[in-house]
Amino acid sequence: MTPVLNPFSLFFASIFTSNILLANFLGMCSFISISRDIKSANGLGLAVTVVLTVTTGINWAVLQLLQALGLVYLRYIVFIIVIAAVVQILEMIIDRVSQTLYMSLGIFLPLITVNCAILGVSLFMEIRDYSFWQSAVFGFGSGLGWWLAIMALSAIRKKVDKAPVPAGLKGPGITVIIIGFMAMAFIGFSGMLQVQ
Amino acid sequence: MSDAVDTRPGAILRNNLWNNNPIFMQILGICSALAVTNLLTNTAIMTIGVTLVTGFSSLTVSLIKKLMPRKVRMIVQTLIIAFYVIIVDLVLKAFLPEVSRNLGPYVGLIITNCIIMGRAEAFAQSNGPIASFWDGITSGLGYMGVLMVIAVFRELLGFGTLFGYQIMPASFVPWTIMVMPPSAFFLLGLIIWAGKTAMSKGGQPA
Repeated sequence: MTPVLNPFSLFFASIFTSNILLANFLGMCSFISISRDIKSANGLGLAVTVVLTVTTGINWAVLQLLQALGLVYLRYIVFIIVIAAVVQILEMIIDRVSQTLYMSLGIFLPLITVNCAILGVSLFMEIRDYSFWQSAVFGFGSGLGWWLAIMALSAIRKKVDKAPVPAGLKGPGITVIIIGFMAMAFIGFSGMLQVQ
Repeated sequence: MSDAVDTRPGAILRNNLWNNNPIFMQILGICSALAVTNLLTNTAIMTIGVTLVTGFSSLTVSLIKKLMPRKVRMIVQTLIIAFYVIIVDLVLKAFLPEVSRNLGPYVGLIITNCIIMGRAEAFAQSNGPIASFWDGITSGLGYMGVLMVIAVFRELLGFGTLFGYQIMPASFVPWTIMVMPPSAFFLLGLIIWAGKTAMSKGGQPA
């Protein structure tokens, strides 16, 4: 079931063919609410990428520890604590280092703790038994994929705002349908690489 | 959510199942859920899990709301939710290993389902335990209703079956698209459309 992939193809697979958002439906909540504005979408995409890369690496190490101790059933709680802690620490570091970066990135950080994509990537990593390098690359690639998807969606939404959409479909309804089309487009890539 | 929350059981039920349905009015919690809707059995079990977790975590949050310092309440709520999700996960692994394997990471992802956090934050923080429990359960049911509708379409058209039983005649050609991710988005969009239109036709809900 788990094809062994070299990190390079895994990287591209996680961006395109098994995009965390369009193929696995993760991170939808903030995806729909933030994508209205392209600037915030960009900030959130960057924040998600950073947090995903860091937390996936840490959670991989934590998982090894839990397995050694025979406490794997505690993983949900531990993963979520790691994610919350990383987000908190990042927020403090960015606040100290650069105020401009804090203004553009920091405000999105609290949203990220409850972003399903972050926890989802950690759980996929566990189920697919990735090695450290595979996990790191998978985390980074998934973040980039999410970023790409939210940028594309917010660009499309800018146009749709001016289109005559039926009243009941306005807002979230049409957005979900657009995401459906994007998912179809991304499925086109899946002939090239497959990661299960 | 609104200024004066009606806490009578009937009103909560009506609100959560229809007027303020978590999916088509609030667009919450679709993250972990769309992926499991291609089979009715998985959907049913997943949404029952979500319903129970929402109910019990709302109950717990409501019980200890006085003890919780405001600053750390988010993380406390998350831990409470994670605790119930672990129970659901262990029960599934023990009694329904097949389903547990199919659902994969999506059981764990119940933790980040925004509905649960949303109800804890919006309702359980300011209401009594019994009302909060009822609110959680009914929110879960509203969520379940919509997902079951999506799952019926996806399984019937994608596999020609319902709950694994053959429904469509043998000559029926399954629609492969229904099994794949895009169909979930399309169906959800159509349901949101139908729900909102029906609601505006019926006038402003009482």
